[in-house]
Amino acid sequence: MKPRTYMMQGNVAVAEGAIDAGCRFFAGYPITPSSEIGETLSKRLPEIGGKFIQMEDEISAMGAVIGASLGGVKSLTATSGPGFSLKQENIGYASITEVPVVIVNVMRGGPSTGLPTLPSQSDVMQARWGTHGDHPIIVLTPATVRETYDMTIQAFNMSEKYRVPVILLMDEIIGHVYEKVTLPNIDELTIINRKKPTCSAQEYLPYIADETLIPPMANFGEGYRYHVTGLVHDETGFPTNKTDQIEVMLNRLNSKLDKYSDEIIQYEDTFTEDAKIGIVTYGSSARSSKNAMRKAREQGIPVGMIRIQTLWPFPTERIYEFGRQVSHIIVPELNLGQIAHEVEHAVKGAAEVVPVNKINGDPIHPEEVLLKIKECI
Amino acid sequence: MSEKASIEINEKWCKGCEICVDVCPRDVFEMRNFVAKVKDIDKCTGCMLCEQLCPDFAIIVHAPEKKKKSVSV
Amino acid sequence: MDYLQYLRLDKFPHIWCAGCGDGIALKAILRAVHNIGWEKDNIAMVSGIGCSSRTPGYVDFNTLHTTHGRAIPFATGLKMARPEMNVIVVSGDGDATAIGGNHLIHAARRNIDLTVLIYNNHIYGMTGGQVSPETPMGDFATTAPYGAMENNFDISGLTIAAGASFVARCTVYHANLLGKLIEKALSKKGFSLVEVMSPCPTAYGKINKKGTGNEMILNQKQLAVRVERAKTMSPEELKNKIIIGTIIDRELPEYVNTYEKIISQAQRR
Repeated sequence: MKPRTYMMQGNVAVAEGAIDAGCRFFAGYPITPSSEIGETLSKRLPEIGGKFIQMEDEISAMGAVIGASLGGVKSLTATSGPGFSLKQENIGYASITEVPVVIVNVMRGGPSTGLPTLPSQSDVMQARWGTHGDHPIIVLTPATVRETYDMTIQAFNMSEKYRVPVILLMDEIIGHVYEKVTLPNIDELTIINRKKPTCSAQEYLPYIADETLIPPMANFGEGYRYHVTGLVHDETGFPTNKTDQIEVMLNRLNSKLDKYSDEIIQYEDTFTEDAKIGIVTYGSSARSSKNAMRKAREQGIPVGMIRIQTLWPFPTERIYEFGRQVSHIIVPELNLGQIAHEVEHAVKGAAEVVPVNKINGDPIHPEEVLLKIKECI
Repeated sequence: MSEKASIEINEKWCKGCEICVDVCPRDVFEMRNFVAKVKDIDKCTGCMLCEQLCPDFAIIVHAPEKKKKSVSV
Repeated sequence: MDYLQYLRLDKFPHIWCAGCGDGIALKAILRAVHNIGWEKDNIAMVSGIGCSSRTPGYVDFNTLHTTHGRAIPFATGLKMARPEMNVIVVSGDGDATAIGGNHLIHAARRNIDLTVLIYNNHIYGMTGGQVSPETPMGDFATTAPYGAMENNFDISGLTIAAGASFVARCTVYHANLLGKLIEKALSKKGFSLVEVMSPCPTAYGKINKKGTGNEMILNQKQLAVRVERAKTMSPEELKNKIIIGTIIDRELPEYVNTYEKIISQAQRR
């Protein structure tokens, strides 16, 4: 097999990762800086028997991907801040009905129409808590084009395995940067598909789970006729107002990911073994932070970095350990401290948390991080 | 299949809207304790109007064999 | 026919009020499905939020009760994923023409093979009787204490202009005709819509002194005019009348079918 080496943009890597993960349906609405994902898939999907639809808005795009996924087709939608806001209600629907879907948000500056062409990381909290009500969600954030491809596949795998919406939270820089990538051969990939029921249709209860906490999912049209509703439901899938049933359902829903946190939560350690000063960051900010860390190391300052790959669920335990190791944790991010607060919460005062924030549309420069490192000595 | 119509009323589902009483062209129904009852089955022609218009799925008409055809309203 | 074979009997009696037309409409749907002979496994019923949108819970199909106004987008995705599936959307006037109005016209524009049933009761019933885009001018609602002051959508005109293949209207009183129109709509390849005039005695009838449910339904007999006859009547004569029957039935390219052709084309390249 010839090597799959390309000069590829982050947004295109999403499209290619989705295809390789088995995604065969995309519904979206044009929005900068994510439009290349839909553009690429509008051409690529029909070539492999898949379908693309440009919906009338982001709300309907979110609805369409849930509908398609219920029909048994892995589905993707992609957007940016304003569109992400519009999708929130139906993201909650996917969460409570446990329908696997992947949502890409290529973050731009906000609030509102904000800064359509400029990078930001200010949707971190929205990705976690954007839809109303307590709900499970997984949020992954890549820092390179190759990682974008890999994480798109992971997003589908996690979504299918845990029956949960997975958000791939990119920033404009990662969405638009071109890098040389060599993609793995298709047969080397691990692809996870949803667990289907093995019982008869008569015995099937759509929301009863074994010790895995993840109920098997029947696709519409495959002989298991059942009811799906956004109302809180019991094991049969029908609405319930009984407090004991509500408790069982919502407890399982909100704790199902806890059971798998070890395999969901990912982060990358660089020079952390001997670090006295720490950096915790993610996405494009991790790229400039890494550069700053190298420069600091050249000057003999023992800096180590944890790059968060799974923003939610948050790697609280690892950050706590790190906080006990270092004097300071510098948190560079393109917002006013959304993850810095979470780091603060995780370290419980063990280290001083030093935010590096920027919301003017300019990325964080290595010098800005280096300056903070030096202030921490 | 009988030559005479028969009507089943599911009293647990009947909400007492009286539509059957009003629409029956032959005055077959009456209300008793807010529930529809068959007053005179002999008049029933099996036109199915009551069954089609019962919103509660509470009426099942077993039409006589020959006349098992819906009326057009 | 035996309606019960299509129902989830343990969910009955249903939630609709005494004299509500929604149960009559459901029966008409089931007659249509029965006459066509579709397998239950091959039918999906999708709804949004509201009284009418509770319908899927009662039928033994693949059923999907979605978010307010969004049934059509969910149905669009499902239909594209499973073109062989017969997808029916049940919606209300508020759900379909207010919060979901954009999806309604765009689905009609795409002419995607869905059948949308809009139960028009002129009100938001489930939330207690607020004014809807279909509340007649001057009629009262809990949020129109001085009478509704906005024009209504002409649902059939709107969807015809948008590009639907089949559009019909009927009252629940004319249940037999309603079943036949729904059967035509379900059989149509393309976007089909039936506006079902279904009285709400509780939230609309009471505040507007329209009488009880049975009175409102019986009154439909006087209000209804067949499409064919309406063509011979003046606008004055048609004021406050309900025109029933097939309003448009035309052959237009269907979206999913067109898409399948695009796939073969893309794969040949």
